[in-house]
Amino acid sequence: MAIAHVSRVTFGRRRPNGFVITAIGAALCVALPVLVVLGFMLFSTSESWSHLVETVLWRYILHSVLLSVTVAIGVVMIGVPAAWLISFYAFPGRRLLSWLLLLPMAYPAYILAYTYTGLLDYSGPVLTWMRNIDAPTWVMWPLLEIRSIPGAAVMLSLVLYPYVYLLARAAFLEQAANVMEAGYSLGQTRSQVFLRVVIPMARPAIVAGTLLAVMETLADYGTVEFFGVQTFTTGIVRTFYGLRDTAGAAQLASILLGFVALLVILERLSRRKIQYYSDQNRRLSRLAVTLTGWRAIFAMVLCAAPMMLGFALPTAVLGYWTLFYAEGGALWSLTLNSFVLAGIASLVVVGVALVIAYANRLYPAPWLSNVTTVIGLGYALPGVVVAIGVLIPFGALDQWLSRGLMAFGVEPRLWISGSIGLLIFAYTVRFLAVANGNLVSGLSRIRPSLDHSGRLLGRTQSQVLRQIHVPLMRGSVLTAILICFVDVLKELPATLILRPFDFNTLAVRVYDLAGDERLIDAAPASLMIIAVGLLPVILLNRSVHAANHD
Amino acid sequence: MMRFKLVTVALAGLLSQAVIASQVNVYSARQESLIKPLLDQFTSETGVVVNLIAGNGNELLKRMQTEGIASPADVFITVDAGNLHAAKEAGVYQPIQSALLEQRIPSKLRDLDGAWVGLTQRARPIFYAKDRVDPATLSTYEALADEAWKGRVCIRSSGNIYNQSLVASMIEHTGAEATRQWATAFVKNFARKPAGGDTDQLRAVAAGQCDVAISNTYYYGRLADSAKPEDRKVYDALGVFWPNQADRGVHINVSGAVLAKHAKNIAEALQLMEFMASDQAQAHYARINHEYPVVPGAPISDTIAAFGPFKADDLNLTALGVNNRRAVQLMDQAGWQ
Repeated sequence: MAIAHVSRVTFGRRRPNGFVITAIGAALCVALPVLVVLGFMLFSTSESWSHLVETVLWRYILHSVLLSVTVAIGVVMIGVPAAWLISFYAFPGRRLLSWLLLLPMAYPAYILAYTYTGLLDYSGPVLTWMRNIDAPTWVMWPLLEIRSIPGAAVMLSLVLYPYVYLLARAAFLEQAANVMEAGYSLGQTRSQVFLRVVIPMARPAIVAGTLLAVMETLADYGTVEFFGVQTFTTGIVRTFYGLRDTAGAAQLASILLGFVALLVILERLSRRKIQYYSDQNRRLSRLAVTLTGWRAIFAMVLCAAPMMLGFALPTAVLGYWTLFYAEGGALWSLTLNSFVLAGIASLVVVGVALVIAYANRLYPAPWLSNVTTVIGLGYALPGVVVAIGVLIPFGALDQWLSRGLMAFGVEPRLWISGSIGLLIFAYTVRFLAVANGNLVSGLSRIRPSLDHSGRLLGRTQSQVLRQIHVPLMRGSVLTAILICFVDVLKELPATLILRPFDFNTLAVRVYDLAGDERLIDAAPASLMIIAVGLLPVILLNRSVHAANHD
Repeated sequence: MMRFKLVTVALAGLLSQAVIASQVNVYSARQESLIKPLLDQFTSETGVVVNLIAGNGNELLKRMQTEGIASPADVFITVDAGNLHAAKEAGVYQPIQSALLEQRIPSKLRDLDGAWVGLTQRARPIFYAKDRVDPATLSTYEALADEAWKGRVCIRSSGNIYNQSLVASMIEHTGAEATRQWATAFVKNFARKPAGGDTDQLRAVAAGQCDVAISNTYYYGRLADSAKPEDRKVYDALGVFWPNQADRGVHINVSGAVLAKHAKNIAEALQLMEFMASDQAQAHYARINHEYPVVPGAPISDTIAAFGPFKADDLNLTALGVNNRRAVQLMDQAGWQ
């Protein structure tokens, strides 16, 4: 068998080197906002905690759990079968669908929510039409309840399933064909091979994708706020601003963090037990089974439906609104801002993640991997909490600097906050886990023996990274950059809170108009976000393909 | 050599920033699309450059707080007296001293301690479906908690500051206990779980999901001017009812401005506020966003003129901020989502 079934590989204890020290430095910086939140929880008392516990806390917990579980089921049910069909079967439109399935990634969940609300609200065109034709109420009822937990779960699943699809597909494609052939030669059927070989080997990727989706769900603010679903995130914001209780909000945020920490630990435990390394691939297309007749149609429908609902239909609606009703100014400067900001930020995030992921490989001490886990929690913090966690310490630093410099006659001003740099820092806190997850899964598929060989041949660690790992994990690095790019492009709360004067992005414009209940006027900027977000999604697909079909 | 040049250029840049004295930095919770034309006009008339960050009010306020002495903000513009009061409580203000503003803007639309001034005004009346509701059956906000309205009321969530301020005003007028009882009964009359904005409540009434809704006036005004025929249908299907005309008057609120505690351009900041209280600027808001002017006698748009005259609550709006926290807790207790 070509599976190396190895317990966790160690390189032997080694002194921390430059990589490790840089990684720890970066990790500490990135952990700052999380520490600020924990600090508030530990060192200040909440005035309204008992009020929160009596009235709303259980609702927040219940709603957040329900939403997360529903989204987790949703993304797996959509993402895994689609990845399975695309990877192992041939049917008409397969090549096209393989990348069309990625398109919903370009959609921020809040824009999908705005669009479907316009479409499906009681007073919207669909239900008005249904009432006119006297459609039965059991058809109308679920549509009407779009602003609900199931509604939010559908919106979030539709934009988040590509994470699972993408990671599952990459894992399927990277699986050595000969492992599957071995399965067949041992008399296993296709579905047995799927369940006993393919799924277990892809499990880390599927779990990682689902975890990303759940973390995005827990951090989502735009959709749940708009739908009036009370979750932890809306609760934190409400406690912080409505009740003006920083400690209470920090306590809620800490519970949320604890919840996510638990999920992350479970995921790591599930990965820790065993580690698979695969040999170089053989081309999989040889194994693809050609589907015909109703099976082919079924496969096409199954793959096309999520793309239709998560991309084609809402885009058509937005396009219609843009063409016929929307009023709005020029978008070019906003588009440029969004593009450049997301570009720089994604490179920074992936750079930092690469250092940390690599340090973990070089120096596999449990405490270091725990540090890595902690910084990953930034992803579960809602953007608004990250922004506050960034603003509080750096604002204090600015005040301190201003006071100090006043002695030298310098007028007080902001030195660090209110800059693009701090905004990029916040993105790093927020999205490091995304990049890290991709890189770690990329690195973990490279046999440690390659590292040893490189070192034995006299290469330094940096040379091993450049000459062996980077080429081997080019796909993972590209994926990480592109996913971060799209995430930054869609990010809203931190951008709103931290951006400098006269600096707007597309997402800010959409929020500006949607917040003023002008959803239709927000359509052109929404379309532009999706258009800019599409470029990397298309590149992403190519890179995954290239990495596997070289 | 190269490095020396760079340093010189950087220093020159810093100095030149210091030389341009005529600027004012605005943190605005009002949408950029609403406020930018007005600010541009201010710049072209006075030569004072306006730097703007438009965003969420609570977040901008927190930003000013954490920036403290280093904060570049001179003026903070936000909607709702509850939010303006939050700025006062956060201690990010300095008293606004302007004889012109005191003379032009009625005192109930200004903070008692001069922490903020109102710049535009809006009312929050009841809207009803003309074909299903006889306006004679409507009377007060309080009466919407009666059994007769069971399952017929649409209103947005308690997270919304407009509702918090409405409840805060009721606490001021009728007391916390009476308001709590009212809210508990009122919530039972909701036709649906609160969702969406004010416009969505109006649409829901027009579509028949509920019979009455509470909404700010300008949302209704916008429907009248919408390019979408469906929106104008909504406008036509609804009527405005001014509640509590026999007692305290309809609930009103303002958008307004705060002079930042650490403002570095105080003169320009006051100049901007005074500009926004000018007839011309007041007319702009009325025209663009269907808001009522705060300056008595300033022109209003034809659209809102059609809503008719009303008796407004005379409460000094400071009370809305003072009671806000109470209002939020009370709505939680009443199960108002």
